[in-house]
Amino acid sequence: MSTTKSRNLSLTRRGLNFEMLMWFFTRLTALAMYLLVIVGVVGALIMGARTQMNIADLLRWAFMPNALHVQNSNIADIAPWATPFWKATASLFLLIAASHGLHGLLSVLDDYFVRPWQRQAFRFIVIVLLLAFSVIGVYVIWTS
Amino acid sequence: MSRERNISVIQGLRYQGGGVQLAWLLHRISGLGIVLFVSLHILASFFGGDFGKFTNGIYEAWWFQLFVIFCALFHAINGLRITVLDLWPKLLEYQREAIWMEWAVFLPIYGIAIFVIIQTALGG
Repeated sequence: MSTTKSRNLSLTRRGLNFEMLMWFFTRLTALAMYLLVIVGVVGALIMGARTQMNIADLLRWAFMPNALHVQNSNIADIAPWATPFWKATASLFLLIAASHGLHGLLSVLDDYFVRPWQRQAFRFIVIVLLLAFSVIGVYVIWTS
Repeated sequence: MSRERNISVIQGLRYQGGGVQLAWLLHRISGLGIVLFVSLHILASFFGGDFGKFTNGIYEAWWFQLFVIFCALFHAINGLRITVLDLWPKLLEYQREAIWMEWAVFLPIYGIAIFVIIQTALGG
């Protein structure tokens, strides 16, 4: 079986286009989210969760340090998370997760809506949602 | 660029893709579940008030927690399998084993979560 070596192909013929980059982006952001979860859990353990909470409370404390989040649950003192470092990691997690998730939503929609105008419309809606959730989410993280 | 769908949904469901197809389907459903859940969550934190209380009531329901944990856990574990196999394509040879391993990790963790959630729901 003779094959053309990929390095002899031009970038476009190799398939390096926007969709290919987003395919790669989806996998890289998955790994990035694993990393951020580990950083958050380790941070929570260092900041005292080791001796004070079970895993459910730890996750709620570490990843949703926001009094409005689930109003009826008991939440420990959230002051340790109110540093620029943790707000920056939370913002990064939010932006990564929102783009990963909404791009995933678009891939699912593309499978069921094949007409160009439908795809255009869903692209528009998803981009608007992505911008809205990014702005709202970052606003919530830095102001509460 | 428009491509016509030349099989029906019923035919698609009859496709016997086995464990890989099941993982694909559950990955899709759990991904949509997470998008819906997180979107509502961000809006609830932003608006608070009656809307926040209403959505929080749903999040705190035990049946909804079972669904959310399923989505997050399955999507994370299955996503790790997809990422590893896609970025190291030589491992695709072990796709079947990877899916077995995935369920071996998922089922015990989800089982514990079910147990704890239902125990808490019953007031334990």
